[in-house]
Amino acid sequence: MQYSAPETIESALKLLESDDDARVMAGGTDLIVQMTSGMRSPSHVVDIKRIPELCGVVQTADGGWKIGAAVPGAELNEHVELKRDWPGFVEATDLIGSMQVQGRATPVGNLCNASPAGDAVPGMVAAGATVTVAGSNGFRDVAAHDVPAAPGRTNLEKNEFVIAVNLPPKPPNSGDAYLRFIPRTEMDIAVVGTGVFLAFGESGHVREARIALGAIAPTVVFCTEAADALIGSRLEEEAIEAAVLAARNACNPIDDKRGTAEFRVHTVGVLIKRSIAIATQRAKRQVGMD
Amino acid sequence: MSKMHITTSINGDTTEFLAEADQTLLSALRDNLRLTGTKEGCGSGDCGACSVRVDGRVVCSCLMLAPEAQDRAIETIEGMADGDNLHPVQRRFLEEAALQCGFCTPGFLIAARDLLDRNPNPTETEIRFWLAGNLCRCTGYDKIVRAVQKAAEDVRG
Ligand SMILES: Cc1cc2nc3c(=O)[nH]c(=O)nc-3n(C[C@H](O)[C@H](O)[C@H](O)COP(=O)(O)OP(=O)(O)OC[C@H]3O[C@@H](n4cnc5c(N)ncnc54)[C@H](O)[C@@H]3O)c2cc1C
Ligand code: FES
Ligand code: FES
Repeated sequence: MQYSAPETIESALKLLESDDDARVMAGGTDLIVQMTSGMRSPSHVVDIKRIPELCGVVQTADGGWKIGAAVPGAELNEHVELKRDWPGFVEATDLIGSMQVQGRATPVGNLCNASPAGDAVPGMVAAGATVTVAGSNGFRDVAAHDVPAAPGRTNLEKNEFVIAVNLPPKPPNSGDAYLRFIPRTEMDIAVVGTGVFLAFGESGHVREARIALGAIAPTVVFCTEAADALIGSRLEEEAIEAAVLAARNACNPIDDKRGTAEFRVHTVGVLIKRSIAIATQRAKRQVGMD
Repeated sequence: MSKMHITTSINGDTTEFLAEADQTLLSALRDNLRLTGTKEGCGSGDCGACSVRVDGRVVCSCLMLAPEAQDRAIETIEGMADGDNLHPVQRRFLEEAALQCGFCTPGFLIAARDLLDRNPNPTETEIRFWLAGNLCRCTGYDKIVRAVQKAAEDVRG
């Protein structure tokens, strides 16, 4: 195996093009485990952590955020302004592993590893994230929920890689939240994860909503049906129940040692309600609405 | 495949070594450099026995490739004591009997010192969360947490 740590996006692309079995590495917390266990044996590991543009978090002119693909969870968790705007996304990323894992693991690696249970993914999708993909034809932006194709596989082309996650400017009176269910209290893999984003209008009705479900289907589910059930409502009980029903209908889970399919479908509803409550509280706290 | 020549700083000393591209930093530390204080429990990021600090962040050295160490600053357990003077966290682990077999201890010490460097006044909950990536199969965690609390008092002075 070969290891390279290019310092520009262009040289990283060249290395990927030059070798069909090359693989991008960010934090390596999935990739190195897969390599040492013999699950993957890339002929070339292209480490993207020495590319300066990929190593920072910057606020964009419109008030959104551009998070470099090499930035680990620990750094996001220390970023006060980012956390203030998108606490749900940052908390989702922070749930990944221990403090040691946080020192390396990136949300983009979580997305591109394409595990159905990746915690950062529903948080990112609910926040309305896109990722910027670099390839031989230049750059393109892709909705985060369109990146995973199947467990362990993405929709990226062979020689493409993600250089950043883009979060939109946070609208006024809005909040996001991510919750997961695990059998233990720490250090475990999500049985169900739910990401919720809500923005309220002047009169207190839901103006915008996004709901993302993790670990209940082969890839993250961006559940517009559930979000539509909330939009226009004032989160009356019927609206929330309709969202829960829509989310449960969108589930396509498996039975495994962590939980049965039935348990997962049930838990999605419980976690969505709680995530809605947290997102609402965060949205209202900003304007002192209650 | 020829080996890679890596230059890095380990506990403040410029160090050079040859590594396979797919070797972990843990293996390079133990097998190439004979710095065997850093332990291998699981090799998969779960136990924290292999914890080291890299450019000021604690990571599992089993989840880092040796060539990644190029031009980084690595801190291992071998650099924690100042000559014969133990770091407060080391001294308190001894005094509070926070170890039995000692296999997990270097990892706990590296993680605990990093916590106290960042926050010399952590709550018990903060200590337990910070150390959630370090597993001990014999001592039990209460003594370890108590030792970190005592060390925190020492650090605060
Ligand atoms: C002890 C332990 C606990 C964990 N706990 C959790 C947990 O609680 N929740 C959870 O979701 N995950 C968990 N994980 C898994 C892992 O830490 C996360 O998925 C992490 O976010 C992966 O990020 P990384 O930067 O380390 O990815 P890497 O290992 O570097 O990469 C992962 C995959 O994505 C690809 N990739 C990486 N970056 C890019 C890019 N920029 N463009 C294209 N492809 C790319 C790689 O080729 C590889 O296939 C845990 C892992 C360990 C070891
Ligand atoms: S040996 Fe690295 S975490 Fe267990
Ligand atoms: S003292 Fe034996 S594993 Fe912790």
